[in-house]
Amino acid sequence: MTSDLRTEAVPDAGMGLVACPVCDVLHRDAELAVGARARCRRCGTLLFAPRRSAMTQIVMLAATASVLMVAAVFFPFLELQAGGLSRQSSVFDAVMAFSKGMMLPLSVAVGALIVVLPFARLCAIAYALAPMVFGWAPPAHAAPAMRWAEAMRPWAMAEIFITGVAVALVKVAGLAKVTAGPAFWAFAALVLVTVLKDNLMCKFTIWKTLEERRPS
Amino acid sequence: MQVHDMENAGRTQTFLTARRAGLVACRGCGAVHAKGVGACRRCGGTLSSRDAGSLQRVWAWLFAGLIAYVPANLYPMLVTTTFGKTRESTIVGGVIELVEHGSWGVAAIVFAASVVIPIGKFITIAYLALSTRIPVTIRGHGRQRLYEIVEFIGRWSMIDVFVVAILSALVQLNFVVTVNPGIAAVSFALSVAFTMLSAQNVDPRLLWDAYEADDT
Repeated sequence: MTSDLRTEAVPDAGMGLVACPVCDVLHRDAELAVGARARCRRCGTLLFAPRRSAMTQIVMLAATASVLMVAAVFFPFLELQAGGLSRQSSVFDAVMAFSKGMMLPLSVAVGALIVVLPFARLCAIAYALAPMVFGWAPPAHAAPAMRWAEAMRPWAMAEIFITGVAVALVKVAGLAKVTAGPAFWAFAALVLVTVLKDNLMCKFTIWKTLEERRPS
Repeated sequence: MQVHDMENAGRTQTFLTARRAGLVACRGCGAVHAKGVGACRRCGGTLSSRDAGSLQRVWAWLFAGLIAYVPANLYPMLVTTTFGKTRESTIVGGVIELVEHGSWGVAAIVFAASVVIPIGKFITIAYLALSTRIPVTIRGHGRQRLYEIVEFIGRWSMIDVFVVAILSALVQLNFVVTVNPGIAAVSFALSVAFTMLSAQNVDPRLLWDAYEADDT
């Protein structure tokens, strides 16, 4: 059953209610069993999906992903060999591809999209939620950190970059031999771990937990 | 207040929204507040019942994206130098090359990401923005599906910029062959970013309000 949340009465301050972020329909904010899912009655948007020890898993996955990110940036990413010539390049080289002349701002943007923002998001999430794993109160500025991580979600494009690598590999496959270095696998693993973490994260449940544990 | 069941969720049904109840909901965390409250008590985000200026920003970013998309197609995306001979290829030119090489799959991916998706996005966002003003035929759930698709898929257009970055970083074999980015990469990246901002500014609650209004 999904529709455990129903509107019955509307208290003045809106306490005990939750509104669908997509269509604004009010629902009664009831305690959900672990593993249950609550969807909006009108538009079907997933509102709550609490899981057992979700916080621990999210923090562990965020920590794993940030370690992988460090490996992905500094180890050799791809190696190209053709007719005795070879060229090794790292993720950093891909970022710096636009650094000549007037395209420099694009280098900065690419660096932000594929490395800086994904990494900063992981750090923000780990910072805000790690104390919760031990049952402590949320750290100072946990709310702005979480809000920022949510706002930056569409701009963290690590998974799009790795798909771009696949496309680029097919493009040069006829031209030369390409070998994937350790950073390539680190990056691929990072994308998987990040997707897993984002799927585990139930935004509304996290916000409720942060609010409940906040020292008043 | 009447309670509705999922089973009769039909076209003519009126749902109790936070706005109709005289409340304001937070889109970030779902918390519901009394009208006039400025910041969310749970997550600290800014509250607004309906984002009044959102449509203006949607149109502004959409036109910016549309304008940036023109040079993105006219100027070269990739500059390939083979034994001193320089060849420039545009987005569509690159797709045609791939087809000539027989890589139909990759050609399809690149064509979808850099031509079909951007143009489809321009049309869809314009359609959704118009649907808040004039009655349109697609029903509420259909409109929401369109909105979700545009939000989800828009960032994937950036793949073309990443492919250019990887190729430019990797294919640098001195005099034999070098690949460098063309100026179109900048305008294409800008176009994608502007359309992402346009899509993010769509307040989906306005889509549902308009759908309700169409109905009566």
